[in-house]
Amino acid sequence: MAKSQIALTVNGKSVEALVEPRTLLIHFLREQLNLTGPHVGCETSHCGACTVDLDGRSVKSCTMFAVQANGADIRTIEGMAAADGSLHVLQEAFREMHGLQCGFCTPGMILRAYRLLQENPKPTEDEIRMGISGNLCRCTGYQNIVKAIQYAAAKLAGVPFQEAAE
Amino acid sequence: MIPGAFTYHRPSSVAEAVGLLADLGEDARPLAGGHSLIPMMKLRLATPGHLVDLAGLKDLKGVATDGGDVVIGAMTTQHELIGNETLAAKVPLLREVSLQIADPQVRYLGTLGGNVANGDPGNDMPAVMMCLGASYEVAGKGGKRRIAAREFYQGAYFTALEPGEIVTAIRIPAPPAGHGYAYEKLKRKVGDYATAAAAVVLTMSGGRVATCSIGLTNVAETPLWAEEAAKVVNGTGLDAVTVKKAATAAEAICSPASDRRGTPQYRTKMAGVMLTRALARAKSRAR
Repeated sequence: MAKSQIALTVNGKSVEALVEPRTLLIHFLREQLNLTGPHVGCETSHCGACTVDLDGRSVKSCTMFAVQANGADIRTIEGMAAADGSLHVLQEAFREMHGLQCGFCTPGMILRAYRLLQENPKPTEDEIRMGISGNLCRCTGYQNIVKAIQYAAAKLAGVPFQEAAE
Repeated sequence: MIPGAFTYHRPSSVAEAVGLLADLGEDARPLAGGHSLIPMMKLRLATPGHLVDLAGLKDLKGVATDGGDVVIGAMTTQHELIGNETLAAKVPLLREVSLQIADPQVRYLGTLGGNVANGDPGNDMPAVMMCLGASYEVAGKGGKRRIAAREFYQGAYFTALEPGEIVTAIRIPAPPAGHGYAYEKLKRKVGDYATAAAAVVLTMSGGRVATCSIGLTNVAETPLWAEEAAKVVNGTGLDAVTVKKAATAAEAICSPASDRRGTPQYRTKMAGVMLTRALARAKSRAR
């Protein structure tokens, strides 16, 4: 099958590549670009571990062909920290609030939370829970993930983070 | 899971797209948001030799008004429906439905046209479009035509679309100002298809139902327009006895499959329960 030429931006860098049309975006990112942050979890569009940010949308990269991303601007977990290695506020938040245990869902969670806070900088707890409803975590029970996103929202807004009373 | 090999086409106009689909024949499938088709391709339940990506058809995007109708481009995503001001004012039911479809990531890509054209009885928009009396604008190599949603669905994955035709827009007669609406969907978890769901649009006058339309999701091979159930409530104040009769009339037309969501008896009963809730909430919103 003839390969297609695609050109896109990934984590701020221009990328050109040849891909088979059937190559899924997640496989392109992991296997051709060696960006192994986005994870292959369920492979059936449910778990959200493969979530990346694409042209201002959170996308499950297992449910999109790389050719569909021609011309797109993509951000993965590898593009979240600053060039000097300092963590993005969401990464810091997940560390501070213990928003992970095994860490498998974390890249998808952080990329989804990133877009959620771009669209809604002051989400309620309910809005956070619905906002990450396409991302499954089998370790934490979500409590600390929600707290981490609340921590990041507070820090981005420049206000002190206060944990809600239990 | 790796899909079968295919040739990728990205036309830039409707004429080019329907020309490709006609020329390539049954081996070609249109690709909209891809969130039904790509999972099927990964499971090799679908192995098209050609995909015609509709993402380049810019005039299939957006929401416009045309007289009393709201016209929505087929490639408009559920995420875009949720944020659209025209729809919030004229057909707020669509926001309520969209928020109950799948999850945020899927809604960023999933399109209204794909949802209505796929013919999957689990999709939410078809019954809603039947409830609203919508019609689909369709284009093929032979020209354009318009098909009523209530005449579109023939069986699971069988629709009135001819091979090579695509839905280009969804035309909805805007319900009267002050109408009540609700979409009640029972599902096991976020992202699930409905165990049963009911859409209601009604108008009230002097405490009585002046007009009512009801659609039911995922309780038969096709979405259902529950005409009898709507007749039962017309002219009434939606008292408990009437609502029970309407639920019974709705249940009478259900024939759901048995699946992990429940037995046919349970899912049928839940269709009645969803309708009962939807009628109450629609009434509470009507002015």
